[in-house]
Amino acid sequence: MGLVKKSRMKSPWVLHYDCTSCNGCDIETLACLTPLYDVERFGIINVGNPKHADILVVTGSVNKRNEKVLKNLYNQMPEPKAVVAVGACACTGGIFKDCYNVLGGVDKVLPVDVYVPGCCAKPEAIIDGIMIAVSKLEEKAEAMKAKAHA
Amino acid sequence: MDIVILKDILTVVATIILAPFIGGLLTGIDRKITARMQSRSGPPIFQPFYDLFKLLGKERLIVNQTQMMFVIGHLFFAVAALAMFMLGQDLLMLLFIMAFSSIMLIMGAMSVRSPYSKIGAQREIVQIMAYEPVLILMVVGVFLSTGSFMIRPLFSDMFGFGKPLLYDLPLVFIAFIYVLTIKLRKSPFDFSMSHHAHQELIKGITTEFSGPQLAVIELTHWYELVLFLGLITMFFAQPVWIGILIALICYFFEIVIDNISARMTWKWMLQATWIVGIGVAMTNIIWLYLK
Repeated sequence: MGLVKKSRMKSPWVLHYDCTSCNGCDIETLACLTPLYDVERFGIINVGNPKHADILVVTGSVNKRNEKVLKNLYNQMPEPKAVVAVGACACTGGIFKDCYNVLGGVDKVLPVDVYVPGCCAKPEAIIDGIMIAVSKLEEKAEAMKAKAHA
Repeated sequence: MDIVILKDILTVVATIILAPFIGGLLTGIDRKITARMQSRSGPPIFQPFYDLFKLLGKERLIVNQTQMMFVIGHLFFAVAALAMFMLGQDLLMLLFIMAFSSIMLIMGAMSVRSPYSKIGAQREIVQIMAYEPVLILMVVGVFLSTGSFMIRPLFSDMFGFGKPLLYDLPLVFIAFIYVLTIKLRKSPFDFSMSHHAHQELIKGITTEFSGPQLAVIELTHWYELVLFLGLITMFFAQPVWIGILIALICYFFEIVIDNISARMTWKWMLQATWIVGIGVAMTNIIWLYLK
């Protein structure tokens, strides 16, 4: 179905989850919604419900507390779905990497599709990262179909 | 006789096929206008269709077996109401079927165990409490004015109602537009399911609906949108194109209201719709009685 395929590229709904971020990346992520960047022109909507989301945007490093929450959110999202790690902390753990409670980057817990580096990441970079994640949704949809057939 | 039936069947089929296109396109234009009012560039006009087809292609996460049935019922009764309107059937019955469609959505939201979903459903019930009396009064007004509940005479010259309904029911029309804000899910009355505010309690009623189910709910909203614009047209029919033009102007007016007003609480809404809505509509009906 070409129509669904095309629509999937044009309507990525984003779920933004703040792990142990310092709020820097969150401010930049929310800045994407402002009239200056206006991500809605790509069809991106910042939803508050994992069941509606296509792309999980995670900021901040994962620790022992929010690991469960993060996994839970990811598991509630319907396929096809992608994960974008925004900022140095989400990519690797950043400067908090050696803290006693920090596990590290998001990839310690979830399969990350796109890493957006920076401290904090720029809005342009975040939008770019989400659009790269969108292009990966198609492979995931194929995998979902193959899994359903098997 | 057979030709009349054939014509009716064709009308229904055309309605079922064309209404989503019109509704989706209007929603897209709504989103674009809203974006321009907020000095953003906004999504493409076809964005609602992209959203719909994407949701149809998502994985089916089924919470319970009855949920999908309620969602389909929500769509079915909305389509039935629109088909009745296009065939010029009984306005009172149309209203009941429309209410049934809303009830189906509430039942679907109530059938799951999520507290957010249940709160959302309760808020939807409060909304129905707010707008339903005004809609009933509208039907009463139409009956007093034309002596019939049927819609068809309003759109045809044969029955001798040469003047628009509006001449008899100006205040009822104002009350109708007033409560339409609730049904179109626009501020200040959008406190159960809004097109904005995704992170808030407002989205509660859709909490447990995902993928194809959410797509069906969106589709139902497009059918409802066309139905309501049709009901506005009813007040201005003859010629019909003036009615359609005025319906579109009213829709634009609703978009403006949506953008310039904040969301209010449900208590405020009940007071506002019952006092202003029912008061204004009743004034008109008493005047019709005395005339």
